[in-house]
Amino acid sequence: MPAPWQEILNKIDDYRWEIPQSYKKGMVVPGLIFTSESMLNHIWEEQVFQQVANVAFLPGIVNYSLAMSDIHWGYGFPIGGVAATRVRDGVVSPGGVGFDINCGVRLLRTNLTEEEVRPKIEQLIADLYVSVPSGLGSTGKLRVSEKELDKVLVKGSQWAVEKSYGEAEDIVVTEESGCIKEANPDKVSNKAKKRGIPQLGTLGSGNHFLEIEVVDEIYDQEAATAMGIGAVGQVLVLIHTGSRGFGHQVCTDYVALLGEAVKKYGISLPDRQLACAPVQSPEGQDYLAAMACAANYAWTNRQCITHWTRESFIKILGKSLRELGLEQIYDVAHNIAKIEEYTIAGKKLTLCVHRKGATRAFPAGHPDVPHIYQNIGQPVLIPGDMGRCSYVALGTEIAMKESFGSTCHGAGRVQSRSAAKRSLRGTDVAKALVAKGITVKAGSMSSLAEEASEAYKDVTEVVDITHKAGISHKVIRAIPMGVIKG
Amino acid sequence: MEKDFEIVDHTADVGIIAYGADISQAFANTARALFSLITELDDVAEILHRDIELIAPDQESLLVEWLNELICLFDTENIVFKRFDITKLNNSQLKARSYGEKIDSSKHRLKTGVKAATYHMLKVDKGDGCKVQVLFDI
Repeated sequence: MPAPWQEILNKIDDYRWEIPQSYKKGMVVPGLIFTSESMLNHIWEEQVFQQVANVAFLPGIVNYSLAMSDIHWGYGFPIGGVAATRVRDGVVSPGGVGFDINCGVRLLRTNLTEEEVRPKIEQLIADLYVSVPSGLGSTGKLRVSEKELDKVLVKGSQWAVEKSYGEAEDIVVTEESGCIKEANPDKVSNKAKKRGIPQLGTLGSGNHFLEIEVVDEIYDQEAATAMGIGAVGQVLVLIHTGSRGFGHQVCTDYVALLGEAVKKYGISLPDRQLACAPVQSPEGQDYLAAMACAANYAWTNRQCITHWTRESFIKILGKSLRELGLEQIYDVAHNIAKIEEYTIAGKKLTLCVHRKGATRAFPAGHPDVPHIYQNIGQPVLIPGDMGRCSYVALGTEIAMKESFGSTCHGAGRVQSRSAAKRSLRGTDVAKALVAKGITVKAGSMSSLAEEASEAYKDVTEVVDITHKAGISHKVIRAIPMGVIKG
Repeated sequence: MEKDFEIVDHTADVGIIAYGADISQAFANTARALFSLITELDDVAEILHRDIELIAPDQESLLVEWLNELICLFDTENIVFKRFDITKLNNSQLKARSYGEKIDSSKHRLKTGVKAATYHMLKVDKGDGCKVQVLFDI
């Protein structure tokens, strides 16, 4: 029996597959998935095609409802989904950003080699596990008042740097300089603030992690050098977390609010989780102002965790920050909506780009790319699962033309959490990681089983598709040495 | 009814189907399912309670908003709940008292963090015995 996708999708080339507009009545544009035939065989049973088609209903959506190569079944939007809507007459959807607003990744470089770190890895991971609060129900070391939280929400990373959590240089190499200026704390509920206060400066649970990794392949030495990566064997640090309960509550509040706006503006949707409002409407503007607060919270969160990571390295390796060279390469959001400019069919358009499990991938020369990366393009950080590897890539001109400056964000799940737990035990997963030379500290053994390699697509295949399709350009690969999981 | 609820597989997240002789019981069992994802219900004692009153445009919204209220209480007050008395439930209003206790790391093993209840695949079926389905973002 042929897989259902064979009857649904039109092959454009080896890495581009179209869901025709005729697939579902009500689609305003077709769908387009960046994937390969072998990858499609993994996702055929999922409801992802329906979800890509449902997103194509959003009023004002331009060109395509897109999905990146790490696509999998989400709620409302698929994970790996990208949708750009016209600001003039289109909508913004909180479901197109998700509950973990500005969930994202930050990458740090070091002057250290694997040989220098390997003997200290157990100590380092143990110290990081104490200095970076993680796990379900954990609270942060920061004690902010509600008034101070409002400053976090307005200033983002800048707040952290002013409080001596990090360096001014970190902000330069953070997407949006770690602060969306349209943030307005008055648009955020007290409930969200109450959830946010105790969780500021925490890693969280689920798929969030802090990883010490080592460069094992370099594909583009010139670009790697521009990022401060000299050779194979160099140690990097990768931090993956988001806006915690604060962002979850902002999304919860606005899905409910925009559920009413859908009726008010007479918008018809195939899934209530796609609740939306015109970008220009009061409801749409309020959401964007609240979302910006959550995005700024997340950047502050990653900035504080960066600071504690540096403290642990200084303490355990007995070197100064300068000697360690523990500098930030970049920080990207992968759950966010951004107002961006694109040229579509010769016309300049201002669009609201929703990235739900997708990474911004701007090319060399783009004004939003930091000065030091102007010649190579924006670094794209793509974590894999904890047993395999992660990648650093660059944004491209093709991404600007075809995917609204977006590419994949990670490996993408293939196995549900409960299926992973049924087939694997956390203790066995830990043993397998130790056998690979990876030190792990996790809040719970079941969370370890849920996040095992077997539950994910092979990130190498995911990244190769985006590389071959041209929407991002591979620079290096790194393999984990030590991981902290919530 | 033999079982109160069951867990439904979903690639990234977790769905649940809860049953009840009436809609109030099905709503209560949905909340039990939620907290069974977070911790072992058998380890939770009924030491304190919280009252929730909600108004929403329809019963589906009431269900999602109620579960999200409970998730918010877990996050802000660190309470795990195990028993739910729904005293009023119609198409636009819910009143409930939920019993549980503060998280105690010496007796509660925390399992999965739940970010929110979603509207995706949401079903409230009041046919032959009540059945509701919810997908949580994990």
